[in-house]
Amino acid sequence: MKTIIFKTASTYLLPILLLFSVFILLRGHYLPGGGFVGGLIASIAYVLHSFANGLDRTKDVIKFHPGFLMPVGLSLSLLSGMAPLLHELPFMTGLWAHDPVPVLGNIGSALFFDIGVYLVVVGVVLTIIFTISESI
Amino acid sequence: MSNQYIIFPVLFQLFTAIVLMFFWTKRTAQKFISMGGSVIALGIAVWLFSTVWNGGIFTMQAGSWQAPFGITFVADVFSSTLVLLTAISGLAVSVFSAGSVRNRRIKFGYFPIFHLLLMGLNGAFLTGDIFNLYVWFEIIIISSFVLLTLGGEKPQIEGSIKYVTMNLLASVIFLTAIAILYGLAGSLNMADLSLKIPEIENQGLVNVTAILFLIGFGIKSAVFPLYFWLPASYHTPPPAISAIFGGLLTKVGVYALFRVFTLIFVPDEFTGNLISWIAVFTILAGGLGALVQTNIRKAFSYLIVCHIGFMIAGLGIYTELAIAGAIFYLIHDITVKTNLFLVSGMIFKIEGTYNMRYMGGLYRSWPKLSLLMAIPLFSLVGIPPLSGFWAKIFLIEAGFRTNEYVVIAFIILGSFLTLFVIARIWAEVFWKKGAELPKKEYVKYFFELRRAKQYAMIIPIVLLSAVTLYIGLGAENIVAVAKVIGADLMDPSQYIEAVLGNSNPTDAP
Amino acid sequence: MELLLAIIVGLLYASGIYMMLRRSLVKLIIGLILLGNGANILIFLLGRIVKGKPPIIEDSAKVLTDIYADPVPQALILTAIVISFGLQAFAIILVKRAYKVVGTDDLDQMNATDEDL
Repeated sequence: MKTIIFKTASTYLLPILLLFSVFILLRGHYLPGGGFVGGLIASIAYVLHSFANGLDRTKDVIKFHPGFLMPVGLSLSLLSGMAPLLHELPFMTGLWAHDPVPVLGNIGSALFFDIGVYLVVVGVVLTIIFTISESI
Repeated sequence: MSNQYIIFPVLFQLFTAIVLMFFWTKRTAQKFISMGGSVIALGIAVWLFSTVWNGGIFTMQAGSWQAPFGITFVADVFSSTLVLLTAISGLAVSVFSAGSVRNRRIKFGYFPIFHLLLMGLNGAFLTGDIFNLYVWFEIIIISSFVLLTLGGEKPQIEGSIKYVTMNLLASVIFLTAIAILYGLAGSLNMADLSLKIPEIENQGLVNVTAILFLIGFGIKSAVFPLYFWLPASYHTPPPAISAIFGGLLTKVGVYALFRVFTLIFVPDEFTGNLISWIAVFTILAGGLGALVQTNIRKAFSYLIVCHIGFMIAGLGIYTELAIAGAIFYLIHDITVKTNLFLVSGMIFKIEGTYNMRYMGGLYRSWPKLSLLMAIPLFSLVGIPPLSGFWAKIFLIEAGFRTNEYVVIAFIILGSFLTLFVIARIWAEVFWKKGAELPKKEYVKYFFELRRAKQYAMIIPIVLLSAVTLYIGLGAENIVAVAKVIGADLMDPSQYIEAVLGNSNPTDAP
Repeated sequence: MELLLAIIVGLLYASGIYMMLRRSLVKLIIGLILLGNGANILIFLLGRIVKGKPPIIEDSAKVLTDIYADPVPQALILTAIVISFGLQAFAIILVKRAYKVVGTDDLDQMNATDEDL
């Protein structure tokens, strides 16, 4: 789309939507939200940007191939899932820090798992959408 | 008993896939990582099998959520045997892929997805939760979709459309069945369901659910009226991929049928008869279909269908001996079918075609290789003392004990059909005088390959043939395993106790 | 509410199967999507619908004593939605590729797998 309003707005919407996606990711443990939804919102931010500015510009903004996020996210999730094994607890048991951190709240292995999910979702969705729109 | 490490076969395959994804563009490195990962996975599977064989059933409650509320992973002898067979076939196919898969396919992520497929298989074998089984099935089919379509030309794409449609339909039916089951029993843990299902008043609805499971798993394991997608798709991808599909994917459906129909729904007379008739017609349809094929891979695809019937027949007879025979057949079939498709890939690399009408004279030009290829071909027929023979003996004996003469007749008929098909392949491909075939530009022939690649194709066939020979010649060990599995499946009280009677204080969060 | 959802589930299954039986590839995919949605609503329906009773335990209590909405079906549906998201994205790309390679979206024309190679 080539309207100037959309183009200008998308430049500002991208950081705001990304920030919002991180917010959704972090509030996900006790409230509605989480890695999957956050990742979808983040990828929608980039999709919106690519609608307004074209695919090549969006790729310049991202700088690396989004597919790279998949192994990074998967390994983060795998490691946080395996962390309890060091304490002789079953796979994926939630480990929690004793003292809450300001702003973020309680930090636990579930948070890192969710961040991994977030990265995987962004990677997968962007790869799918870029592949589809490239081949049109 | 609980053991946190039984999930390692799943996690290690995921780990290998992640490492492979980091080496996305480095093709040679991927081959070595995949082979190395498969060797370590085999080691883990051997460890799991020996632990379970010596120590009984192990469970793991994921996330420390106690059964029946959390997801439970259970390693009994049945699961760990199948994990071991997956690791063996996985290693063979991984080495074969390093020698035969084109660079174009490796570039699109062949190896990471292959290891994700193995992860899904291990997960499906180890889980003790019916919805988790559905999730692993989805991981398996989505990886298999990608492998099937990867870098595909016209026949491959068309084959995969049939495959994708039928498998998605099967998943929806499976999900529907889970929904009704959850509505009826309010639980998803298979051991818990096993206790709750007999107490439900509305047994009619339970039977309907059982039939839905039968249809869902039936599509996946390609039984009689639902098998048409298999011969339409399995001969289209590269041989390494059809090997893992033919060897393991349909067998997950068989595994699920055995698990669900011994643990959750104990077949009544109607369901038992239905399963027997399905088995009979599966044997007949697969055997007759294989007779008319000239493409060797298609003939093998129909033989998969035919031999699924033998295993289902064991479930239909439903005695301890019959189940043990079917399990023996399953163990034999996984190694042999994987090997057969690898052999078909080898024949293609030598001759440049899959059509047996044009081939011939393989025995004259490659005598040693031909003898090697004869091992899987003849153990499929079940010539004593090769592995297929013992499995059929058990099935037939079980049939005589319960007077299921129709099933016996069809098992024997199916064996004769298999014998005929294999004899025809042997005569056409190996003995017949071969004509000079025009060389094809796009095929890279076996003698043109580098030495290392040639060995990468021969070694897996040697490995799997050795396993087949062991199953045949060391049959008493396999029989012992199969009998233990048969006893476990017919009397699930140990399984239920291992999952639910687990109040080890160290597990508590 | 139950009756309405039951009717919707029936309609979704019926129209999904009808669409799957058509010859067009695109309709096949639409049929699969409808079937998947029908199955998701069926899980929701069979998990018993309880209105306005979230399964949250009060600070003072240890267990839930009142009737509560079962959270498990929602977790199952969420998982099923994520899975079908992936599968449908793949199926759509496959259909597009098939249309490019074969040059038609008529399923009756797709019989290259029956020929001898």
